[in-house]
Amino acid sequence: MSLTTAHSVVAPSGASKRIAGAIIIAYALISIVPLLWIFATSFKTPPDSIAYPPKILFQPSLEGYCNLFTTRTRQTPEYINSLGPATSFCDETTRKRNMVIAGPSNFVPRFVNSLIIAFGSTFCAVFLGTLSAYGFSRFKVPLADDLLFFILSTRMMPPIAVAIPIYLMYRELGLSDTALGMILLYTAVNVSLAVWLLKGFIDEIPREYEEAAMIDGYTRLQAFWRTVLPQATTGIAATAIFCLIFAWNEYAFAALLTSGTAQTAPPFIPTIIGEGGQDWPAVAAGTTIFLVPILVFTILLRKQLLRGITFGAVRK
Amino acid sequence: MAEIRVQHLRKAFGDFVAVQDSNFVVEDGEFFVMLGPSGCGKTTTLRMIAGLELPTGGEILLGGEDVTMRRARERDIAFVFQLFALYPHMNVRKNIGFPLLAQGMPSAEIRTRVEETAKLLRIDHLLNKSVSGLAGGDRQRVALGRAIVRRPKCFLMDEPLGTLDTEFRDLMVHELRELHNRIHATTVYVTHDQMEAMSMADKIAVMNHGVIEQFGTPREIYDRPATMFVADFIGSPPMNFLRFGGGLAKGAREIVVQGAKVAVPEVREDIAPGDMALGIRPEHIRFDDASKLRGAIYGTEYLGTTQIVAVETADGIIKARVPAEIRLATGDHVGLALSSARLSLFEKGSGRAVRTAIHDVASERRAQHG
Repeated sequence: MSLTTAHSVVAPSGASKRIAGAIIIAYALISIVPLLWIFATSFKTPPDSIAYPPKILFQPSLEGYCNLFTTRTRQTPEYINSLGPATSFCDETTRKRNMVIAGPSNFVPRFVNSLIIAFGSTFCAVFLGTLSAYGFSRFKVPLADDLLFFILSTRMMPPIAVAIPIYLMYRELGLSDTALGMILLYTAVNVSLAVWLLKGFIDEIPREYEEAAMIDGYTRLQAFWRTVLPQATTGIAATAIFCLIFAWNEYAFAALLTSGTAQTAPPFIPTIIGEGGQDWPAVAAGTTIFLVPILVFTILLRKQLLRGITFGAVRK
Repeated sequence: MAEIRVQHLRKAFGDFVAVQDSNFVVEDGEFFVMLGPSGCGKTTTLRMIAGLELPTGGEILLGGEDVTMRRARERDIAFVFQLFALYPHMNVRKNIGFPLLAQGMPSAEIRTRVEETAKLLRIDHLLNKSVSGLAGGDRQRVALGRAIVRRPKCFLMDEPLGTLDTEFRDLMVHELRELHNRIHATTVYVTHDQMEAMSMADKIAVMNHGVIEQFGTPREIYDRPATMFVADFIGSPPMNFLRFGGGLAKGAREIVVQGAKVAVPEVREDIAPGDMALGIRPEHIRFDDASKLRGAIYGTEYLGTTQIVAVETADGIIKARVPAEIRLATGDHVGLALSSARLSLFEKGSGRAVRTAIHDVASERRAQHG
């Protein structure tokens, strides 16, 4: 055994490293299997997707993706035979099931709604959060602690508890089923998280930077823009990911407040199940595509995300 | 460049008074140092001159203009921070040019000015480097560059050498003074390090608990401390104090300390009976067996050219700086002879220095120069 002092960190032994590794692998498998299952199902045919025992090896098919992007109607074989030759892969696959493509599904517009609402609300929450965090960090705000607690408390209520009042309010205001309404709502929920996270990061940036800039002839806003903001990028990126994940995944408010034009992907995907039997491959295809943006965003900003988890405790 | 005049300046944070009725004038082109222990109000005073804090009362005049309540950016001053505050996302060139950018100066002119400044500070080879990779001394030079590039009315520096290694610090003290001699910029420099203050300053203000204890040249402050605090704060080791009682009459030339008669500079005022203190710099003590003032050697610190000898007397330990050659053993009894012309007298209660002949010399000399 190595001798340790108060300041030294004990180097992990080989055995503990192996045990830790095993635990991490086991946990990773448990987490990743459902995702792999969804990914695999999206490439199965509907019969394969409900086969028992489940098929691990199967002939991949894009039928799920065809079904996701289209709406179909059932037709008699005579009618289908009377049509000309199939124009696309999806056309052909659909006809094999005695159906013809009636038109595009709502998935693309719903997905676009999700993008607009999630990124829009993330931008607003981070923008407002950065300014308020800066204010709380640098100025003597009367009752600052109480205000900060109030801001945090807005996040404590479960969405379902406030869903009905918000639903009634939104109906009166004409915000029901609008992208603006959803952006406002998600901004309101996320701004508390943004203020708290960003305050930690901004507290870590010494005041001397703005003071130096202000003495050198800049206004406070210019000093903030040119000296504080560039150094807060890590915190801003981390906060943006957290806000985006929330807004992207949110289901309860979206299910209640959106039904048509502003519906986001999460409440839309389950509705696929109902169309023409339980179409699991189409649901799985929708889920897979839905996961892509958040996955890309997280991978791109993973360093900032890790720093964000330490809540600004570590500075470069 | 301009003169800085501070009148009745006061700053309170709630109940805590950080600066109390400060008055001083920094003349055009002077290197002025505010010296004091941490929490004495020196940095607060500096920040008020800069406009980073607003005073509770009093006035600040820059070149005759009242700037007391003006914004920092409207005062035309430059500030060097203790931690330099170099912008980590900019390279050296951009850091130095940053104040000029605020003035909307054309980029070609910024380029020339930045390069001139860098050459002056001998950092022109670093211009395109990132500031995060720089050594302490070079960071300091970049911070100075950012201050002088603008040619402001005055420079304010808040312990700019505080974070440097001793080696760099000595080098920078020399460089700063040399730079000041070349550009003659009015400078206010805050430090708690008396070595920095003594070696750079034209004038020093010694502060304690928000009050300026003494304002004067390094020589005045060392030779004629106005209060016991100043006497104790300046000098290494600091001034020794020996208690004595009774009052003093105008014209007195002798006092009695521990039963021994000690000649002192002629007293110039009457002092009512009370506790008094005799102040003696360590280098004004000699060992002389004929002296009635006696003590026993307690310990020695050998410094090469001199040695510091701690002597235990009836009134506690006093330290003497004597030539290194003298051989002494712990426990030896010695007599202490004091250089009478250099002694200070204090009232113990208020800590105030008693006016004596040493102050005459000062006023005479001032009269001659004036």
